[in-house]
Amino acid sequence: MSEKPYTRTELMICVAARLFEDGTTCFIGTGIPMLAAMLAARTTAPHIVPVFEFGGTGAILEELPRAVGEARTWHKGLSALGICDTMEAAQRGFIDYGFLGGAQIDPYGNLNSVVIGDHDHPKARLPGSGGGNDIGSSCWRTIAIMQHQKRRFVPKVDFITTPGYLTGPGAREAAGLPRGSGPIAVVSTLALMDYDPETLRMRLKAVHPGVTVEEVIENTGFDLIIPDEVGVNEPPSAEELRLLREEIDPEGLYI
Amino acid sequence: MSKLLSLSEAIARYVHDGDLVYASGFTHLIPFAAGHEIIRQRKRDLILARATPDLIYDQMVAAGCARKVIFSYMGNPGVGSLRIVRGAIERGELEWEEYSHFGMISRLRAGAAGLPFMPMNPTAATDLERANPNIRRVTDPYSGREVITVPALNPDVAIVHVQRADPNGNAHLWGIIGEQREAAFAAKRVILTAEEIVDEATIRSDPNRTLIPGLVVDAVCHVPYACHPSYAQGYYDRDNQFYLEWDTISRSPESVREWLEEWVYGVKDRAEYWEKLGPETHARLKVAPRLSEPVNYGDY
Repeated sequence: MSEKPYTRTELMICVAARLFEDGTTCFIGTGIPMLAAMLAARTTAPHIVPVFEFGGTGAILEELPRAVGEARTWHKGLSALGICDTMEAAQRGFIDYGFLGGAQIDPYGNLNSVVIGDHDHPKARLPGSGGGNDIGSSCWRTIAIMQHQKRRFVPKVDFITTPGYLTGPGAREAAGLPRGSGPIAVVSTLALMDYDPETLRMRLKAVHPGVTVEEVIENTGFDLIIPDEVGVNEPPSAEELRLLREEIDPEGLYI
Repeated sequence: MSKLLSLSEAIARYVHDGDLVYASGFTHLIPFAAGHEIIRQRKRDLILARATPDLIYDQMVAAGCARKVIFSYMGNPGVGSLRIVRGAIERGELEWEEYSHFGMISRLRAGAAGLPFMPMNPTAATDLERANPNIRRVTDPYSGREVITVPALNPDVAIVHVQRADPNGNAHLWGIIGEQREAAFAAKRVILTAEEIVDEATIRSDPNRTLIPGLVVDAVCHVPYACHPSYAQGYYDRDNQFYLEWDTISRSPESVREWLEEWVYGVKDRAEYWEKLGPETHARLKVAPRLSEPVNYGDY
């Protein structure tokens, strides 16, 4: 089974999973973030406390949850709370990381999941903030997981749903958000990005094996900072692939 | 005093055209049976508030019950788009008002506490503030900092599903509890639906589990399997397959009409709906028991 070549989605999940810091408390969004959390819990970060915004806290993630309020989001969990509790815990600063996605991202890591086009006369109406705005505002560090396409990596998002660094240095603090909080990474289907500490603009950190820097640039709708040295991400190990295919998503819902 | 009513009596008595309705439950304990009864009774011009409209409001909007939705996440959870609500908004046929989850439930929390509004730490939600004038700022009189405020939400009627309740509406619920409690305390009228009706002694045996006391409840309806395709912790699983099927059904107005005809107008009540789902679905959604350790309240 593991001899089948890995896909870019599988690699994206592995790269995201390796970013989980053991022992931390992490908000997990629907879909790919769930798979990454499950893989992390089975490999490098066995002591993370996953928090799902609707109330599930500290689950043992044996089976892939299909939605953020499903019973599997707090399977054998430490606590089953309500959404007020999890959101207020974040407001109090108890949640270290937020793993989330969006339809669009800009160079400062701001995410849009509300509308494409004008808000009152939308070209496409997207689901809305959900916990996105709250997680991006209150968690100490956020990590976005995205399909890497030009129409998603845009110079300016149509609507800031989840704040990244807003307009650049000092903007989060001016908006009243805690100093030292903000996005730290973007994991895409092509590469891993971080943020330049001076300008707070997105910077290429490492490409996926087989992906060129040019390919990343071509698929990004803004000027990505390209450092002198760009790394290459480790491909999925045989064990990571086995866990993903046999234990985490055996039905192939996402991979 | 017993508040037991049939669900159809409770909806007829407590839900009126034009009401602001909050059907609570985040993925878990969504009161679909009550939503279907509202459709059958052809209620109109409702303002449907729910953090996640989910399929219950997609179906109610499709059936013509609503003039406005208030929400914070409008998707088919784990599947994709909520096609009917989304389409109605995009075509300009349905009014809408949106918040972040925290903004939405802070409105209920203010409503539940009897306060006029709820302050929140700044969230850099400037685009949401522009899109929704209900999100405002005030100066904290203690620190001088600006805080965000949202107005209290006091629904005309909240519908809350629980695992078990006594005839007075003292209700035990467990599993993730979403915003059930806040919705019940905030609403002017509360319709409770329950998997089981138990005697008061059962409730008194574990009062810490009584998250909703009867004093806020107006009607108690015994409606087993009321949540399908949502789930009730310990009673039946979420029907993920149906959430996927709805994605196909909701692609065309004809198939939605046919579905409503067959599964809502075409059945008398939830018992008939559950029966119609058939033994295969029942078996698929069955969950094995996993009991908690008992707690000792002590005899004083």
